[in-house]
Amino acid sequence: MYRNLTIRQKQIVWAWAFLAIPILFYGVIRFYPTGNAILISFQEWNLLGDRTWTGLENYQKLFADPVFWKVFKNTFVYLLLGTPISLVISFVIAYHLDKTRFMHGFLRMLYFLPFMTSAVAMAWVWRWFYQPVPVGLFNNALASIGIPQFPFLQSTTWALPSVLAPAIWAGLGFQVIIFMAGLRAIPRSYYEAARIDGVSSWTVLWEITLPLLKPTIVFIVVFSSIGFLRIFDHVFNMTTNNPGGPLNSTKPLVLMIYETAFSAFDMGYAAAQTVVLFLVLLVVSLIQLRLLRDS
Amino acid sequence: MTATEIRPTTDALLKTQAPKKPMNTGQFIRWLLLFLGGIAMVMPIAYMISTSLKWPHEVYNLKLIPDEPHLENYTYVLEDGRFYWWFVNSMIIAVITTVCNVIFDSLVGYTLCKFRFPGRYIVFIAILSTLMIPTEMLVIPWYLMSQQFGWLDTYWGIMFPGLMTAFGTFLMKQFFETVPDDFIEAARIDGLNELQIWWTVAMPLVKPALAALAIFVFLGNWTAFIWPLIVTNSVEMYTLPVGLSSFGDEADVAWELIMTGAAISTIPTLIVFLIFQRYIIQGVVMAGLKG
Repeated sequence: MYRNLTIRQKQIVWAWAFLAIPILFYGVIRFYPTGNAILISFQEWNLLGDRTWTGLENYQKLFADPVFWKVFKNTFVYLLLGTPISLVISFVIAYHLDKTRFMHGFLRMLYFLPFMTSAVAMAWVWRWFYQPVPVGLFNNALASIGIPQFPFLQSTTWALPSVLAPAIWAGLGFQVIIFMAGLRAIPRSYYEAARIDGVSSWTVLWEITLPLLKPTIVFIVVFSSIGFLRIFDHVFNMTTNNPGGPLNSTKPLVLMIYETAFSAFDMGYAAAQTVVLFLVLLVVSLIQLRLLRDS
Repeated sequence: MTATEIRPTTDALLKTQAPKKPMNTGQFIRWLLLFLGGIAMVMPIAYMISTSLKWPHEVYNLKLIPDEPHLENYTYVLEDGRFYWWFVNSMIIAVITTVCNVIFDSLVGYTLCKFRFPGRYIVFIAILSTLMIPTEMLVIPWYLMSQQFGWLDTYWGIMFPGLMTAFGTFLMKQFFETVPDDFIEAARIDGLNELQIWWTVAMPLVKPALAALAIFVFLGNWTAFIWPLIVTNSVEMYTLPVGLSSFGDEADVAWELIMTGAAISTIPTLIVFLIFQRYIIQGVVMAGLKG
């Protein structure tokens, strides 16, 4: 039978044969669960009993929950601090590293190394750094020069930035490499023309480099925003004795989802939170693409 | 941007174009600040490793070089067997997932790139759309599925969500664009079937992309936390991150032992990086330019 097919028909047979297992995979492991998550978000279910249809009740409960609004705010604080800070630091490093020749590869390696670490392992390392005297490295260092202790993870104000710091640190190397690639891709002739015209390097930065880096900046902003909105590993591991604490001051949306689903087993309510997370990611990415592409 | 433009330039993108002249004062200050910044970046890693080599009484001093470095912490931590299982579990899961991704992502990427068939565009868009769905939205249905089919607390349960990724598929699809159609036609005339053409003609031509994909998938699965945390419940099935998290949480575990555990889960990827540095940085550039 196969022999009688034309070359084109044979190609179609091969294509679908190659795609059969992947299509099954994407259907069962990606699309069906997506639909199921949305469906469960309209139901009440504690894993043991029956699933009962409750319509929008989970969403109503969520929007009336003060903890949700606290968590929602935290999630955006992670985003609004993390994205600009890591963008600026990584650009400054990349900009100067690009102009440095001596030990260039070695310096690049130093900046990239944290990207290769495991978030959980490094969360524990930083957690140790943040401990009060006589345990924590930072407070010991402060004490040795006579500065009073700093309540990194104990304070409701400072716990969130303290948890965010290792997340920014781990991602910097990746962003530096992307920025350097973006800088390399700018044609040399632009800079040469500017030099002949006697333009200052500050003007070159603002008028040539940054505008031409726009696609790179868009990529880094969208990519790192998604990462900060989904922060979980660092928070969970740095606050295991009281997840998301103190007083929910570090709790992001993903941690709330985890606790609702796998500590309280309130599957419907947790599913509604995941749908909200999905919409937040979608809206934030679309707004950023819109703003950064157009302006 | 197409892959053809990128491929010859990724290498050039890594090299500095800074002039080869001796440094003046300004350049030296720039270099010095970058150097100090770089040292600061690796300090957490350095302290982790240094503390893992210290005796308990010197853990809380600021010295980076231990007075009498020793491996007792490693023997102690590995002796009770848990870190050993967790290491083995993580390795098995990361390796199998990586092999699966390399095969299936490239097969799908190749098919979408080189075959013309009805439904191609729909399949392409469907797979692309899964990039928008966050893992966290799927964990609840995956957990229910695992519960129903008895996948909880098994290797398969930990691995199944990551066996193929849309990201890998698109990375590979882009790179197969660099493989000339003439090569494939020639192989067809030589009587190779499509499976042979993909494996023996196309795959060897995209080796750098395969290496980059393999490293990303390995790193992602080696450090994966939330799903293994949910799907495992017996200590022997934990992966390194989940194990380390529970180990650190035990009330009176000493910090030098936690640092040892952290070092055990970090050192393998650091070694991979030091060996394949070039491929990894190229991979980041390629993945970034595709994004």
